[in-house]
Amino acid sequence: MLEIAIKGSKKYWIWLGVLCAVIGAGFLVYVDQFINGLMTTAMSRDVTWGFYIANFTYLVGVAAGGVMVVIPFYLHNYEKFHRITILGEFLAVAALIMCLLFIVVDLGQPIRMLNVLLYPTPHSMLFWDMCVLNGYLFLNIVIGWKVLEAERNQIKPPAWTTPLIYLSIPFAIGIHTVTAYLYCGLPGRGFWLTAILAPRFLASAFAAGPSVLILLCYVVRKFTKFDPGWEAMQTLSKIACYALISNVFFFLCEIFVTYYSKIPGHMTHIDYLFFGLHGHNTMVPWMWSSMILMISAAIMLVIPVLRSNATLLPFICVMVIIGTWIDKSLGMIAGGFVPSPLHHVTEYMPTFKEIGITLGIYAAGLFILTILYKLATTVKEEVRG
Amino acid sequence: MKKSRRSFLKVAGVSALGIGVAPAIKAVAASSAHAAAEATKTKNPEALTAKRWGMVIDTNKLNDEVAAKIVEACRKTHNVPDFHHEPDPEKFPKNRPVNQKQEVKWIWEEHFHNAFPDKEDEFLAEKFKNLPFLVTCNHCKNAPCVQACPTQATFKRDDGIVLMDFHRCIGCRFCMAACPFGSRSFNFRDPRPFIDEVNPDFPTRTKGVVEKCNLCAERLAKGLQPACVEVSEGAITVGDLEDPNSEVRALLNEKYSIRRKQELGTEPSVYYIM
Repeated sequence: MLEIAIKGSKKYWIWLGVLCAVIGAGFLVYVDQFINGLMTTAMSRDVTWGFYIANFTYLVGVAAGGVMVVIPFYLHNYEKFHRITILGEFLAVAALIMCLLFIVVDLGQPIRMLNVLLYPTPHSMLFWDMCVLNGYLFLNIVIGWKVLEAERNQIKPPAWTTPLIYLSIPFAIGIHTVTAYLYCGLPGRGFWLTAILAPRFLASAFAAGPSVLILLCYVVRKFTKFDPGWEAMQTLSKIACYALISNVFFFLCEIFVTYYSKIPGHMTHIDYLFFGLHGHNTMVPWMWSSMILMISAAIMLVIPVLRSNATLLPFICVMVIIGTWIDKSLGMIAGGFVPSPLHHVTEYMPTFKEIGITLGIYAAGLFILTILYKLATTVKEEVRG
Repeated sequence: MKKSRRSFLKVAGVSALGIGVAPAIKAVAASSAHAAAEATKTKNPEALTAKRWGMVIDTNKLNDEVAAKIVEACRKTHNVPDFHHEPDPEKFPKNRPVNQKQEVKWIWEEHFHNAFPDKEDEFLAEKFKNLPFLVTCNHCKNAPCVQACPTQATFKRDDGIVLMDFHRCIGCRFCMAACPFGSRSFNFRDPRPFIDEVNPDFPTRTKGVVEKCNLCAERLAKGLQPACVEVSEGAITVGDLEDPNSEVRALLNEKYSIRRKQELGTEPSVYYIM
């Protein structure tokens, strides 16, 4: 099936070329980081995780969001998702590969990475995160590939894919739950120490994932002859809508508990994010923008006229994506580490090198996504035509 | 006939398994016994031992001068890099400028309200406001860093000392997120240009690994007191918390002491006499 990927228009090749250039540039920056260490980043003794882990967290959400097409289609036989299920699964593959790359570039000693496998440590959440991420990646590759191949050959997918598909559902929930557990099991980090973190992560994932998928449907409609179907896109937007509302609601629950209880160790973090602390207020404009974007996007998605406006919908999706990205990436990391356990305020904003490597990884993800979507859409065109 | 053949196969299988496994078990048992014997043979008879090591810091005996001496002694003993000075430009011509926020600290001074943020008190006794509070790794009984580490690079010894294996650490910094005391440092860069005089008795670290106070485990093994204790003029005492006759227990019996962030349940082994 891969031969499809090497037959494409000029535009397709130019796009892949551009992505390769960005990947190459990102890689060169990474070589510098590899040689000199993470000193090239803006991370510090107080803020020990930064832009890489922030983007990792977000993309785990995007990958988990793929389950929002798998559940309706496979569990509820929602036929309208028939065409986009493969797009959801392939999006998860690309997002997961980016996640793994973000973990690797964040390591101080990437060469020793396999120590996680050589000395398996079940009491560490990172061990379980590795298991579920790789498991979900493997499941999506196998399922996506086999189902697409079967479609191309006009036969039923092999019977053994069915249990794998069912297994992929708890795995999707699992990747984001375990990723939340990385944060919320830590003593002394008041911002993360909350049982609602995993549900909040999932809510934000189920808003962000489908929003990305809707945008990708627009792209697919524009550049290929394959139409994912407007009704499927509308259903996705409804899913994004209610997930987004849940996310905002969960956040407000957090605000209530924190400010009504008035426990300083929990308040200072949110104070820092939304109002600034001791004159440090880098995050303030970001966090308010995020709130405004998420709340206004939720309102627009609730109103049927606005949601079903084909020109407006992509903009709403972009609002959801940016809003949830700030909330879950920047805010989650900065809010958790600032102020530090000793109540020092050390702020964090990524360096250009960090941003460069990050862009390189996103380009790698887009590269994979392009090729996978090329396969999927071409097969679907072939079958229909 | 069929049945008996099956049961024969079962028995045969189990015994084959037994034959296969038995030597392996024996080998493992032998090697561990061997290792234990080796360990007792090589163990220094003068080594200081404890059931659970702990530290008592008498804040009344601390002043800026003593605190500075302690920090310096720890630095020198363990080759802790000093990021306050740029390295020699002749030896390290291509060195990039230092980022102070990426420094490495094992034991250092903090204000009371930073060392004990949960005990922040509007009407705190004046004497505490300017006192240097030395903070370091607490060698917690329930160490969150040990729980977080995905490679067992940070581990707790039977005698309560939490240690780092610098060669196994992958530099994920999860332990730093887990530590509620900010006791851990990460080598964001090669630390060697920032070590003025290398102490050959202790290894230097490389970039990309986490490090922290090791309660001078290497000195205790030689029968020596930790470096900080030696220069502390009586302000720091290290000993066995579980031995009722130990010096640390005597101190804790005599005077009122506090621990950092006790409510988190990590059971820190460092006590501060007030």
